[in-house]
Amino acid sequence: MYVAVKGGEKAIDNAHALLAEDRRGDETIPELTLTQIDQQLGLAVDRVMTEGSVYDRELAALALKQAQGDAVEAIFLLRAYRTTLPRFGASQPVDTGAMAIRRRISAAFKDLPGGQVLGPTYDYTHRLLDFALAAEGAPRASVESAEAGLEPAPRVTDVLHHQGLIEPSGNGADLPGDLTRQPLNFPAGRDLRLQNLARGDEGFLLALAYSSQRGYGNTHPFAGEIRMGEVAVELVPEELGFAIDIGTITVTECQMINQFKGSKDIPPQFTRGYGLTFGQGERKAMAMALVDRSLRAEDLGEQATNPAQDQEFVLYHSDNVEASGFVQHLKLPHYVDFQSELEMIRRLRRENAEAAQ
Amino acid sequence: MQQQTKDTDARRQWMGVLAKSDESHVVQLWAGLSDLPAWEYLRRPEVGLVMVRGRMGGDGGPFNLGEMTVTRCSVRLQNGVVGHAWVAGRSARHAEMAAIADALMQDGDWRARVGEKLLAPLQSKLADDRGRAERKAAATRVDFFTMVRGED
Amino acid sequence: MNALAPQTGLLPGFNDPVADSQKMFRAVLEAMSRPGTIVTAPVLPVAPQPLNPVAAALILALADYETPLWLDPAARQPAAIDYVRFHCGCPLVEAPDQAGFALVTDAKSMPPLSAFHLGSDEYPDRSTTVIVQVPHLDGGEAWRLKGPGIRDQAILAAGQLPSAFKAWVQDNHALFPRGVDLLFAAPGQLAGLPRSTLLEG
Repeated sequence: MYVAVKGGEKAIDNAHALLAEDRRGDETIPELTLTQIDQQLGLAVDRVMTEGSVYDRELAALALKQAQGDAVEAIFLLRAYRTTLPRFGASQPVDTGAMAIRRRISAAFKDLPGGQVLGPTYDYTHRLLDFALAAEGAPRASVESAEAGLEPAPRVTDVLHHQGLIEPSGNGADLPGDLTRQPLNFPAGRDLRLQNLARGDEGFLLALAYSSQRGYGNTHPFAGEIRMGEVAVELVPEELGFAIDIGTITVTECQMINQFKGSKDIPPQFTRGYGLTFGQGERKAMAMALVDRSLRAEDLGEQATNPAQDQEFVLYHSDNVEASGFVQHLKLPHYVDFQSELEMIRRLRRENAEAAQ
Repeated sequence: MQQQTKDTDARRQWMGVLAKSDESHVVQLWAGLSDLPAWEYLRRPEVGLVMVRGRMGGDGGPFNLGEMTVTRCSVRLQNGVVGHAWVAGRSARHAEMAAIADALMQDGDWRARVGEKLLAPLQSKLADDRGRAERKAAATRVDFFTMVRGED
Repeated sequence: MNALAPQTGLLPGFNDPVADSQKMFRAVLEAMSRPGTIVTAPVLPVAPQPLNPVAAALILALADYETPLWLDPAARQPAAIDYVRFHCGCPLVEAPDQAGFALVTDAKSMPPLSAFHLGSDEYPDRSTTVIVQVPHLDGGEAWRLKGPGIRDQAILAAGQLPSAFKAWVQDNHALFPRGVDLLFAAPGQLAGLPRSTLLEG
């Protein structure tokens, strides 16, 4: 229990002024612009958009600036802002098969139609600090352009599906559940689980995914395909009655392929785990795909005994805005609670002492 | 019926180009259109959210991925033609220009001029940008060559 | 629909959507929290046939793409349908019990209140809010209202309602916490009759 305490107003005002000063830092150093954050800290912007659940680079950059680069605080700011806007509608599901690909790799097939396209990646870098970047105005690496563009790149899972070696993706409801509108109930459908994971904390999902690989789960995954690039967002306005493109967004998709031994009714085949994020979010998309597959354990008749397979555990603890709120609420005054506990400890000690005599 | 489908396709196409183009590019080309007819708002530019959906496994049932900001606007020209716009982002100006352009493109007197001075350059810039990004990505495509293995 | 046909008939909605919606919402709040009180409508948009401006303002302020709307057969005219589709973006439903909001423009032929969504014990908030367009709020049969939001008693005398209406309202009240809430839209004025209000006599 916490009680309202008066008297802090002036201190709070001063604390906020101090925060603003700290945020700005030394005023002889030029102030960051939102465009700089968007252009030069793009992956931070992408994470804030994905977990803040709003695709808007400028807003995410503003949130990062205001939060001094604290991703979780920035995500909170973006989530709070979204509640002030009306919802106009829902898009047609984006078609990742029609993506304008900037990166596309498969760990399952070497030669696949469309090829392996590395794109802008940290893979194969040596993780050595690059002091050239510390010197401003370092020359820009020249980027090669191929003569021709890319061939069409069908999804790896579509290829396996044609051969009947992987389960179909399955049709959910025409109208997917929306956990920002209706509270989560258990067991939750895969549509709601994927929405929850897409908004979920990257660190939490990464750790869960890791646990499922290390033995707390029974997955034997292959990164069937990871692709990143631009997709068009289509919407059918009520007044038009036909779909129009309203813009283009960058997304990252991960298709994990998992072994499945089969059951009485289903022959041995591969199963799927799916991850999708706004922007470039490869680590998150991969973790999401692993956790998605883990959460399907029960649906597939597998034993679900590990944390990553436990719907309630995963879905109730994945959201960093909720988690941060509950952990940080411990900072609120609990003076009365604590006084009563203090009183109880003293009384127990007294009683023990009396009993000992 | 077939004509109607063709008209709808043409309109879908130009509305998409207007929405996907950079605001700054639309503004720049807009300056080249003169003596536009008078118009009024049917719906002032309004900022809101659209829930972006994905599909489970890429091709399965839909799920809600997250929202995006969008601005919509509708206008009516003096002669009664109505134009609509739904544009990603939060720019009232962009949505307003897109709505006026949508109305003008439906108007026989304006279609050719707006098509030539606005839509064509916007579309070719979008195609150029996409082509450039694609060729850069293509340069990072891996060309495997198989190493000789074994005894022979 | 012909994509290139000029849609000349569409009327503009609120002049200032945000401020006007808020003013209208405030008026609804007042009408609902003080049942029977006649509240002057703060905004009067040009309404499509056969809606009156208050009914149109209520729909503009309350309905959106997440609230299915039921229009009574008399209201299902192209001008009205285009208007709500465009300005509210709300789905139109055939069955009254699927509606978040319902608009009755011809009260004499309206279905009984029990035909609307009455909410469930778990989610009584999901019932339909029924907007009934009436010619006036003070010339019909006078009802004495009691209940939350009413100090002693209030009188409401909405005009030209079906003869069974009073009994419907009483049955609706008996379902509490389930049941529909009613808003009456008269020229320039509105009044509320939530499910918590009891009709006396």
